[in-house]
Amino acid sequence: MTDRVTDEEVEKVCLRLDREAEAGGYHLNPDTEFVKDLVRGLLANERRYGYPACPCRLSIGVKEADADIVCPCEYRDPDLAEYGACYCTLYVTGAVVAGEQTVGRVPERRPPGGPTKSAAKRPAHLTGSLPYPVHRCRVCGYLCARDEPPEICPICRAKKDRFERFL
Amino acid sequence: MDLIHVDGKKKGQILLYALSTCGWCAKTKDLLNTLGVEYDYLFVDQLPKDEMEKVYTEIIHRYNPMGSFPTLVINGKTIVGYQEDEIREALV
Repeated sequence: MTDRVTDEEVEKVCLRLDREAEAGGYHLNPDTEFVKDLVRGLLANERRYGYPACPCRLSIGVKEADADIVCPCEYRDPDLAEYGACYCTLYVTGAVVAGEQTVGRVPERRPPGGPTKSAAKRPAHLTGSLPYPVHRCRVCGYLCARDEPPEICPICRAKKDRFERFL
Repeated sequence: MDLIHVDGKKKGQILLYALSTCGWCAKTKDLLNTLGVEYDYLFVDQLPKDEMEKVYTEIIHRYNPMGSFPTLVINGKTIVGYQEDEIREALV
């Protein structure tokens, strides 16, 4: 059995996530008590599986299969745009923070069991050649043209392995 | 599979499929406790892998094709997500 997640750890991670979110133009849910519950779930998953999978989704414990639901998940940005919050509601839009928008239930947009392999996007074909390959962050859509993607996405803090070859 | 039983007022068959890490599942459980009804729940994420797959398949086929949590089954009627009004209404 894994160690219990302590209140201090939860506090620390909440502060870090808030700092990182604000730096990238994202916002944590202003309901801080609920955020703490979600972060406790994230930390529990990190202990259990080795990665902070979404606390409100069922992980199967295989990193490749759960990659799309590692927080921040690949569904966060479309859910923010459509519903004002991500699926678990850890992240919300600025309008929600300002009290101009309320958050209802965010329906699940992930296909049951995760995306199929065939759904994976292939890099687009271009006529002519680019001086550098273009990599795309699957979490936030950030693009960079260089030999390798960055270690950590400068916008959403997703790790290098969440980048795909775009062009 | 080990259902966890919670005693209370009998309102029929109430089964909650939940995740131990999920805040919305916790809210749903709290609501059932507040309403004081008898129900069973299952933390699907805490099941051994083969059992988890079996239960998840059952959820998708019988109750909630999206396979999301919480999935609450009240006398055969499925309520997906923490929907306070719908849950209260189903348990009047």
